[in-house]
Amino acid sequence: MLIDKSQLKIFVLRLADDALVIAHRLSEWCSHGPSLEEDLALTNVALDYMGRARMFYGYAAEIAGDGSTEDTYAYDRDCRDFTNLLIHELPRGDFAFTMARQYLVDEFNLAYMELLQQSKDPTLAAIATKANKEGLYHLRRSRKWLLRLGDGTAESHNRLQQAMEDIWGYTTELFEMDELEQAIVEAGIGVNAIHLHPQWKQRVTATLTEATITVPSSDWAVTGGRKGIHTEALGHILSDMQFLQRAYPGQQW
Amino acid sequence: MKLYEVFIRSRRGLDHKHTGSLLADSPEQALEYARDIYTRRSEGVSIWVVSSADIIASQETDCESFYDPHDDKPYRHAAHYQLPDEVNSM
Amino acid sequence: MSEEEILFQQRIDAELKVEPKDWMPEKYRQNLIRQISQHAHSEVIGMQPEGNWITRAPTLHRKSILLAKIQDEGGHGLYLYSAAETLGISREELVQALHSGAAKYASIFNYPALTWADMGAIGWLVDGAAIVNQISLQRTSYGPYARSMVRICKEESFHQRQGYHIMMVLMQGSQEQQAMAQDALDRFWWPSLMMFGPHDAESANSTQSMKWKIKRKSNDELRQKFIDQSVKQAEVIGLKIPDPALKWNKAREHYDFGKIDWDEFARVIKGDGPCNRQRLQHHIRTHNEGAWVRDAVAAYEAKHKKQPTRAA
Repeated sequence: MLIDKSQLKIFVLRLADDALVIAHRLSEWCSHGPSLEEDLALTNVALDYMGRARMFYGYAAEIAGDGSTEDTYAYDRDCRDFTNLLIHELPRGDFAFTMARQYLVDEFNLAYMELLQQSKDPTLAAIATKANKEGLYHLRRSRKWLLRLGDGTAESHNRLQQAMEDIWGYTTELFEMDELEQAIVEAGIGVNAIHLHPQWKQRVTATLTEATITVPSSDWAVTGGRKGIHTEALGHILSDMQFLQRAYPGQQW
Repeated sequence: MKLYEVFIRSRRGLDHKHTGSLLADSPEQALEYARDIYTRRSEGVSIWVVSSADIIASQETDCESFYDPHDDKPYRHAAHYQLPDEVNSM
Repeated sequence: MSEEEILFQQRIDAELKVEPKDWMPEKYRQNLIRQISQHAHSEVIGMQPEGNWITRAPTLHRKSILLAKIQDEGGHGLYLYSAAETLGISREELVQALHSGAAKYASIFNYPALTWADMGAIGWLVDGAAIVNQISLQRTSYGPYARSMVRICKEESFHQRQGYHIMMVLMQGSQEQQAMAQDALDRFWWPSLMMFGPHDAESANSTQSMKWKIKRKSNDELRQKFIDQSVKQAEVIGLKIPDPALKWNKAREHYDFGKIDWDEFARVIKGDGPCNRQRLQHHIRTHNEGAWVRDAVAAYEAKHKKQPTRAA
């Protein structure tokens, strides 16, 4: 089954939005880290995601071939046009929340990017190869942080447990597939996220157990990001991010 | 947190060189922070971290007894031997 | 002077570096700790005015640059804390001194970053002024400080250029953008000149610092160098330096410039800058909020002591 350009573009923008929105959340830690060392380390992760977002947006612009640029997609679209998965946009919370989210997303992304490297689309395969290398390090870091926080002090344990409870319902969406993504998979371009779930669950359970954290019950799930149904947090990200482009439209910066 | 010293090999074939220090709670964390802090511009291909407290350093007061005795042994150096020009590339 | 002090001074005069375990006059040590830690605190507090713009940067490219730049500032703070730590003082003590007000940071960071052009002005002028100072400090007499300066200068070369580039692009843009750039220059010009400290005649620490070669060039020399280089840079992109007295002096081969408002300088240092309280409170709050994380790592490591991987 073949897919057309507009479908491919929608798919690429989803990946771009995921990367940009989490980069935004990570970048909010700059000068707020629990130590100077960690401040720098977190910024490295933010920069990796920002770079990834720019590659995906750049590719979307190339597919569109209409003179749009990476910035067109980041700065000129409103809340309903953004299609990132909701987990990425949740406010950064405390360090436990940020690391809990990061770990869950890192486990997912690493598995996802590993498979995306085999994409028949050479640009996506190349981006995935780069992302995969970054992801290995991200996961090494975030997994270790989960162990430290979970098995650290009573306070860090409680904060991490609470963070997991608050995030868990947003992980369901990571493994959802709609018709478009199904078509992308059938064209040999995308990854079937549903297939990633068993291994993800197994690895996450192992880490949480080692971190002495109880795996939350899956009795709630919020989805909608791919359809542009967001939490209210995204609008505030955009009003910050897009302020200059909106206030002074059409300028070079 | 304790102090660690960071040594970086900038490329294969070169020695590790002292680059700086940082604070960390474990050798493993020190290694990762060294990566994050001291190789941001691809400065290295290998990192050593050493707890600063584990370094045994010679003291300034030892200088005379350590190094001066080597000053009077010019015969260890190639230039000590005057050879004919024809073979001086030896 | 004691015999030790005479020997110490002889070494300094011979341009030999002082290294951590060497004997040094207590005042030399104190003076260095004061200067290096003030420098380190400035880097770290300096992350805030620019950090305030990361989420609002107008393009993804600018956002990446800004993020990397601010991260560098954090790194430079860290290199400098490390250099200070070789003098037998801990990071925690240094941070406490900042929080108590005993240690200072560059007063320029008490001014707010209000518009995107301020990212340009800060990079171009504030980093530019810092680099003029830091280049001379690469030859400072204390080895660890000199080495961290070499590293910092190498990394900072892009900081000033990216700031100037922001200003340049604004000056090529709309009238509003040009006004934004000029306004940023107007607000940051004089505080940038104040970064070099009081005039030599009024500088309390200068004479001894010069003698010990902690400082290599006087405040006024460095300030003059900065002014001389900035005038042309402003001119090239059509910015006007807000000093009616600015004029090339043929005899001196330097620019003459107007009177610096040292009352303002004193007021801002004392606490009347627009952001003094916020800057310090931000740092204290972040430090305190990080306490449970640092405690958690320490507790975890105590439970899981492990042998490190052997070097290969």
